[in-house]
Amino acid sequence: MNAAYEFVTGPLAWLAWGIFLLGSAYRLYSMYQLALKKDAPSVSFMDLGFSLRSIFNWLIPFNALGWRKSPVMTVTTFAFHLCLIAVPVFLVAHVTLWTEFFGISYATLPDNVADIMTLVVLAACLVFAGRRLTQKEVAYITTGKDWLALTIVTLPFLTGFLAYHQVFDYQVMIVAHIVAGEIMLAAIPFTRLSHMVFAAFTRAYMGSEFGGVRHARDW
Amino acid sequence: MGIQERLIEDVGLRRGVSRLTPEKIEKTIGAVLKGETGARLATYAETCMRCGLCAEACHFALSHPGDPSFTPAGKVHQTMSVLLDRKGRVDPDFIYGMAQLAYTECNLCRRCVHFCPIGIDTAYIISVVRRICHKLGVTPQYIQDTAHSHSAVFNQMWVKDDEWTDSLMWQEDEAREEFPGLRIPLDKEGADIYYSVIAPEPKFRTQLIYQAAAILHMSGKDWTMPAHSGWDNSDMCMFTGDFEMMGRLKRRHFESAQKLKVKRIVMGECGHALRSVYDVGNRWLGYSYPPVPVIHAVEFYWELIQEGRIKLVKKFPGPVTIQDPCNIVRGKGLQQKLREVTRFLVEGDIVEMHPNMEHNFCCAAGGGVINCGPPFKNQRVAGNTVKAEQLKATGVKTVITPCHNCHGGLHDIIHHHKLGMELKFLSDIIYECMEKPEA
Repeated sequence: MNAAYEFVTGPLAWLAWGIFLLGSAYRLYSMYQLALKKDAPSVSFMDLGFSLRSIFNWLIPFNALGWRKSPVMTVTTFAFHLCLIAVPVFLVAHVTLWTEFFGISYATLPDNVADIMTLVVLAACLVFAGRRLTQKEVAYITTGKDWLALTIVTLPFLTGFLAYHQVFDYQVMIVAHIVAGEIMLAAIPFTRLSHMVFAAFTRAYMGSEFGGVRHARDW
Repeated sequence: MGIQERLIEDVGLRRGVSRLTPEKIEKTIGAVLKGETGARLATYAETCMRCGLCAEACHFALSHPGDPSFTPAGKVHQTMSVLLDRKGRVDPDFIYGMAQLAYTECNLCRRCVHFCPIGIDTAYIISVVRRICHKLGVTPQYIQDTAHSHSAVFNQMWVKDDEWTDSLMWQEDEAREEFPGLRIPLDKEGADIYYSVIAPEPKFRTQLIYQAAAILHMSGKDWTMPAHSGWDNSDMCMFTGDFEMMGRLKRRHFESAQKLKVKRIVMGECGHALRSVYDVGNRWLGYSYPPVPVIHAVEFYWELIQEGRIKLVKKFPGPVTIQDPCNIVRGKGLQQKLREVTRFLVEGDIVEMHPNMEHNFCCAAGGGVINCGPPFKNQRVAGNTVKAEQLKATGVKTVITPCHNCHGGLHDIIHHHKLGMELKFLSDIIYECMEKPEA
């Protein structure tokens, strides 16, 4: 089991982070080149001020019309994204790894808070899955890619939660957790999760058009 | 559920589809996707999380509760997503449904913009679908007829050059009884204002030209109208996906203004024409903004009021409500000016519809949908019961509607639901209430 742990925290971790970082950089770079080549009329309207205005307004819960019209989804998605990013970055056990490998150390979340936040993520995943199964307008447009993205995101939190509470065999669970996390990282640039890389730019573009040309709110 | 279960027979679509082969379809779709789309479509297709928030945005979806095939993402799911997944390998029957959906069940109104956290522009995606349909020669007959008219005579309604000037002179003649000394100056070089209209005005809403002439005359403005083609600012080619023709139209329009060395173009109360002149057509020609400054009638009336050039002998009796046309509100942010002009003209309450301003519901006629003609009228009216409810809730009898398409769309809705409301252009009200020489 030790060998497996060594492997997933060693070479496999490097691989996953490499795919995530280089893959994201590549996707961004190639998408930007494509935009310059094919979407010049759009690129030329990009405006930093209006981009930030749009992003800022969409980051306020219930500010956009769309948020107001779907309150359950709004609460869920804000809580989900906040916890999804905060837990892995500020978890004591993760920061310990950074310290161990690179000597980096920073602020952490208390374990019991992180535990609750993990449950929030899992609950949100259940809400997302429930919507895909029961809400007609979501079920109609749901594809395999959407289930894949949801599964990839759910697994690291599920396995992490089980490992922390030492349900089943801890050794097996922690390796499974690390692998699941690595799959998520590596999947970001190449699945629906790529909205993590691109959403700021699609939002910024819409904000630029609506701010600079159409003089209307886009939220 | 889906477009294949609600197909409507249309001569243009049927004939277009009958000429297709799988090879031609695949080749054409490939050419458009590879040649004309880029990062915008790629990121939209990849990052739409299929969350369904946009379902709450679309008047078609809200008017068909329980049918997700009318939601914005549902429409993309049935069209562009399939083209991308199958790499263009779809059959002619699929193209029929795709064309019907793209041309008649999306008004390109962009209300869904307010619902997508990621900022996906569904109207853009549907426009690309229409572009493919145009390239395949599968377009509804009625709107294609207007596009043919554009390419033959540079206006939407087959108005011949002599009929155009004749209509203007006729209106001038009529108006001189009421406004002695009124002229509709043709081809006046160096005029401050080039007044442009859409072809339905000379064709069957000629009184609008009369009213515009009266307003311009009484306000003492230096203005002109062109005697030759280029006068029509409308653009059905933008909506069929015939972008080459859209470019020719806009070039003719701008050049006709440039030849007359006018200071700017003032356009009548039309929404889609503003989209074409200010946002879409100019970009096709390589202009970020129109090469000749263009302002919409709402902005123009607002200016006249600021300058004290509109003198009223009475105010229009309220209460009224206001229809916010997508293309001037989500297209140029004219909602406040529209209210200020209305406030100036109307005595009594302005009862707002909810939602309103840039969150308004579309009339379901815009985006070329009403131009697809009678075969699709029932579907169009059924697709906007939310607007009927909105109108009814105001409890007023007058709807101020500064857009031709909104007029057409609301007229059908009001008639179908027996709402007993009347529609008014701003110019109807200004003309009715303004100071006239005899008064």
